[in-house]
Amino acid sequence: MMMNNTLRNQCKLLAGSLVTGKWNKNQYKIIKELGCGANGIVYLVERENRHYALKLSDNGTSIISEMNILKSFSKVQGSTLGPSFLEADDFIKTGKQLPFYVMEYIHGHDFLRFIEKKGSSWIGVLMLQLLTSLSALHTNGWVFGDLKPENLIVTSPAYKVRCVDVGGTTLIGRSVKEFTEFFDRGYWGLGSRKADPQYDLFAVGMIIINSAYPGRFHKNGEGYRQLNDLIKQKKELLPYRKMLEKALQGQYDTAIQMREDLVTVLSKQNHSKKKGTSQAATRQPTTRQPTTRQARRSQNHSKNKRGGFFETFLLVAIISMLYVLYIYEQLL
Amino acid sequence: MKAGTLRQILLITDGCSNHGEEPSAMAEIAREQGITINVIGVMENDVIDEKGLKEIEKIADSGGGVSQIVYAQQLSQTVQMVTQKAMTQTIQGVINRELQQILGDSRTMEDLPPEKRGEVMEVVDELGETSKLEVLILVDTSASMKHKLPTVKDSLLDLSLSMNARMGDSRFSVFVFPGKRNDVEKLLDWTPNLEALTATFPKLSTGGLTPTGPAIREALTYFNKKRSLRGLLSHDDEQYFEESM
Ligand SMILES: Nc1ncnc2c1ncn2[C@@H]1O[C@H](COP(=O)(O)OP(=O)(O)O)[C@@H](O)[C@H]1O
Repeated sequence: MMMNNTLRNQCKLLAGSLVTGKWNKNQYKIIKELGCGANGIVYLVERENRHYALKLSDNGTSIISEMNILKSFSKVQGSTLGPSFLEADDFIKTGKQLPFYVMEYIHGHDFLRFIEKKGSSWIGVLMLQLLTSLSALHTNGWVFGDLKPENLIVTSPAYKVRCVDVGGTTLIGRSVKEFTEFFDRGYWGLGSRKADPQYDLFAVGMIIINSAYPGRFHKNGEGYRQLNDLIKQKKELLPYRKMLEKALQGQYDTAIQMREDLVTVLSKQNHSKKKGTSQAATRQPTTRQPTTRQARRSQNHSKNKRGGFFETFLLVAIISMLYVLYIYEQLL
Repeated sequence: MKAGTLRQILLITDGCSNHGEEPSAMAEIAREQGITINVIGVMENDVIDEKGLKEIEKIADSGGGVSQIVYAQQLSQTVQMVTQKAMTQTIQGVINRELQQILGDSRTMEDLPPEKRGEVMEVVDELGETSKLEVLILVDTSASMKHKLPTVKDSLLDLSLSMNARMGDSRFSVFVFPGKRNDVEKLLDWTPNLEALTATFPKLSTGGLTPTGPAIREALTYFNKKRSLRGLLSHDDEQYFEESM
């Protein structure tokens, strides 16, 4: 829209340019753009051989609120959900003051691409992690607010779910101001926009539903009935049905309760999967249709790894067969 | 700690006025009385012409508020965003004036170091959450708006959902223009809950004229009857700001 254009022009920086803070005088070198949001552009930057993410904006108000949230986030003990906060400063660009803040760079794939690459069996595991992190956040009196796949990053090499864009994070009891309709219980007529743990748990439920309906859908006015019908229509959602029912209707008091139910679902699933391993193995390649060049490249990479695994497996199999033959001969 | 009342008019239209006073002049009067005017131009298959765009921008500008042109599908998000943004803007305006009194010269929030700015912003956010809010909604029901009205209704329900989640009380009233007999007609008296719209909105008849200016003028009297004119926030709040600095 109109606002975004002026924002883009004002905050547009080329790779290699330097951002120096007016107050703290720290200097950051722009490496590349990471993403562009409603109220700022996020860059990957370098300072003293370390990488950070730097968010630059022409709108002082929202970026300062975000900075406040990030700061209080950093104080939440044991929560590694959001990026940690480094510093805030102003950048003077051709006479105009542009506020920015610097945070930890979270390196990884966004949630949807990760699932596309690794298969939907990862959804459950990642949601377990997310629920654990949410529990810590809720215990400290905060609700994340704008939970959605686009705001989730899965880091590597250790697969961990992290959240970027903490703009929706809200103190419990206050109103959630940044949200995305599909993940907002208010939009579905299933509750208020007053921040409580249930608000986030609803969104976790919708993230799982979203994985079966990548195109998402709009409300038809039937509220919970519509969601329930859509859950029933997808085979992959059936194991989660009970849990989703409770999450969408606000029946979990804490993230931990929901997590426990998810653990039960997953352990049952693993059980049945073991029985049908061959089926799972043949299905896997088709679920990993690459959509972009980048995805394809990384897919090749993982294929190589898998190739290596099969080689080892074959080798072990051949050796054991020779061994069996050897013993068999010995016995004769 | 007592937060005051923020007063706004939310004008939803899809084109240019063609009857009565100049709307931006009326918006200027509103601003003088501490009432902010926000304008949303809503399109569906049509587009708003240059003249309409200019007018929308000018009304919000004169009324000290926010304007935005959107497609009907994005109306809910926009109504919420515009209302929120205008609230922050108003509170920030008050705080900036306070800062100028304290710091002397013409310094504003932007001149403070980021740390301090963060502390001020915390106060702004706090007030945005706890202030009372009165939004008078003014809906253009000239003929071209007819099939957009169901979307308008949905977005207003959504707005009350967002605002009622705040800790401060919110009240809404809804007017349409042109009215059956007058330039403007009251649909809904001050209420925290817009649910009642569901019954009245579908029955609206649409008219030919677009008396935006007179509609704003009328709307103002509706605020004025309720309270004496004052600054942006009532006096209590200015005291509160001083104490918290
Ligand atoms: N700390 C970070 N590490 C890595 N990538 C980030 C980080 N913060 C933001 N991004 C990227 O930048 C994009 C836009 O940033 P975001 O904060 O979501 O903007 P907005 O809040 O304005 O929508 C994100 O979707 C993400 O891809």
